Amino acid sequence: MTTFTPKPALPPPGSTHGPLAWVRANLLSSPLNIALTALALWFLWLIVPPIVDWAILSADFGGSDQSACASEGACWTFIGVRFDFFVYGFYPAEQRWRVDIAFLLLGAVLVPQFIPRFPSRNWVGLFGLTGLPLVTAVLLMGGVAGLEPVESSKWGGLMLTLVLSYVGIVAALPIGVVLALGRRSEMPIIRMICVTFIELWRGVPLISVLFMASVMLPLFLPEGVNFDKLLRALIGIIMFQSAYMAEVVRGGLQAIPRGQFEAAAALGLGYWRSMGLIVLPQALKLVIPGIVNTFIALFKDTTLVLIIGLLDILATVQASIVDPSWRNVATEGYLFAAFCFWVFCFGMSRYSQALERKLHTGHKR
Amino acid sequence: MATPRRQPDPVSPSRHAAWNDPRVRSLAFQALAILAVGWFFWTIFQNTLTNMENRGITTGFGFLENPAGFGILMSLIDYDETYTYGRTFVVGLLNTVLVAALGIAIATVVGFVIGIARLSGNWLIAKMALIYIEVLRNIPLLLQIFFWYFAVLRALPTPRQSVDIADAAFLNNRGFYVPAPVLGDGFWTVLVALGVAVAGSLWLVRWARRRQDATGRQFPSSWVALGLIAGLPGLAFLVAGAPLSWDYPALKGFNFQGGTRLIPELMALLTALSMYTAAFIAEIVRAGIQSVSHGQTEAAYSLGLRPGQTLRLVVIPQAMRVVIPPLTSQYLNLTKNSSLATAIGYPDLVAVFMGTTLNQTGQAVEIVAMTMAVYLAISLSISALMNLYNRAMALKER
Repeated sequence: MTTFTPKPALPPPGSTHGPLAWVRANLLSSPLNIALTALALWFLWLIVPPIVDWAILSADFGGSDQSACASEGACWTFIGVRFDFFVYGFYPAEQRWRVDIAFLLLGAVLVPQFIPRFPSRNWVGLFGLTGLPLVTAVLLMGGVAGLEPVESSKWGGLMLTLVLSYVGIVAALPIGVVLALGRRSEMPIIRMICVTFIELWRGVPLISVLFMASVMLPLFLPEGVNFDKLLRALIGIIMFQSAYMAEVVRGGLQAIPRGQFEAAAALGLGYWRSMGLIVLPQALKLVIPGIVNTFIALFKDTTLVLIIGLLDILATVQASIVDPSWRNVATEGYLFAAFCFWVFCFGMSRYSQALERKLHTGHKR
Repeated sequence: MATPRRQPDPVSPSRHAAWNDPRVRSLAFQALAILAVGWFFWTIFQNTLTNMENRGITTGFGFLENPAGFGILMSLIDYDETYTYGRTFVVGLLNTVLVAALGIAIATVVGFVIGIARLSGNWLIAKMALIYIEVLRNIPLLLQIFFWYFAVLRALPTPRQSVDIADAAFLNNRGFYVPAPVLGDGFWTVLVALGVAVAGSLWLVRWARRRQDATGRQFPSSWVALGLIAGLPGLAFLVAGAPLSWDYPALKGFNFQGGTRLIPELMALLTALSMYTAAFIAEIVRAGIQSVSHGQTEAAYSLGLRPGQTLRLVVIPQAMRVVIPPLTSQYLNLTKNSSLATAIGYPDLVAVFMGTTLNQTGQAVEIVAMTMAVYLAISLSISALMNLYNRAMALKER
């Protein structure tokens, strides 16, 4: 008696499987597609080799001044020499450990937010929103606990950018929530005040807000009272971004069904408790991507403070480029600043996309 | 048998204190809010008056009549130092409108191309579009403007070594010199012909649609209209004896004479603004196209529509509904972002009026209020226009 021994299964045909099939399906599926591929390859051939050559192959890395940059390529020496200035601005060199500690604290708060199973992640986050700004303010400004005071006019570089955006984010979110609630209030006058506030700030460019903060705010204040320039810029940024935040939060509030409000009222909860315990947790969860997008916009917008004379990272780069001891280093400087911003913004947008996927539990098409 | 109905309580319904009545509370809160806001503005008003008095600034808009006494780099209307501050306002405003209009047009075209490329079946094209989007929208606009202005345009050759494009246009570090059209005597006939052609095409398209609705017969109206719009003015142009010549830029001494010069500030601002906004528009377009369910495409195919028709008649009209509201806010963003011009010295409204004029006159309150009012008005009118369009495109439920 013969036993049935099946032959081993044939491999899938080469035309539907493997790298060749992938190339055929994705790059060469039709005459138009072939033409597009050729066009794209030609374009890449045109731009990629010169860029690689300029940025890496014939670039200068070592050295300490202009004389090290004799070749045709990029002068990364410039970035290396000016790096401390780009990060700390004019912060006194012997006090920079304080900024380093602030950076470490910021990292310690942010990193757990990317690790879902980190123990007591939410408490760390809460500390980031409340305690961290205070601790950092004490650390950077000094004047207490034996720390030498450092004026805010000496702050600069990446550190100033992070301070502006972090304080902006932490302050704009709660103000935005209050404005959004006010816009949906049943009291007509409260609603009118909030709508006017929101539409007024959203309708004008941030730069005019900053101009106003630096030129007109001193006029508004009583005699003798004077704000620090940094604080004035911060007030402008916070007011501007909280209006945008309010619109994002309002979108979330509108998505909550009426039944939730009514159920909360039926349980006997008052306005603040029904909002705080029932409506806002759901609404804010819905609009987390929008909130993160507003954070990204705020982060990029902090560059505008250079126009009113604050020394953020872009301003430090700009100041170094026009320094006569360096020649033709504009591209290198801007690329460095662009890379710093890109890392933060891209990270935030990836984080928001991951959250969106995690929270999107409905049907996917 | 009637169930005993509970009698209403003879005593008045539950008594409560006035401060527990929601209506009273709401009134009290609103009164409080009015008082707070009123007090806030009153304080500011008083402080401002005192401060201005101390600094010797007079209020009012009379300064608009005074001669400005400073030059402006670029102006669409006649302007020199002898004109008034009011004129500087108009010059700045026109420059802002110019850069915003050009920027919106370029950003829309580039954004749609990139957005469609992002969905291309070609892997290379799709990835290149993705890289464009992810790089450009994550870098601050101001940085991009600086990059174009200081790193790219400043590095261009001097006028004597200009980049020569077909001996007609020249690119150098003083700007981009292009030929300027010089309109001859009979040029108005071409314009009239163009007007007639456009009106005729509109009528033709309506007639063709009505005939198709009535009889089902199709008419190639778009081709005929295209022929009409291109042909009629062309014919008029030839009949009138080609009344158009070009004023070519030419190198004289150290600089170019003749032609039209695009200043580098405008070019840098325009490039950065439109490329930055295009990245956002591309994402909006992608989301819009993806929002149209695949069933719609399949249904169109099963009705026998060709791919081009499916795209034009089924997918795009539905995608536009999703695209328009965020597109409007991008247009508004571009207009507001054009104020970054002040950082590189393009003479827009903020740079000229809120910058130079404010510094010279010190009329901070009036000038800031006027500038902000202009941006508010532009914002509100763009959004009103787009709302009209949105209403026309919105889902018509029957």
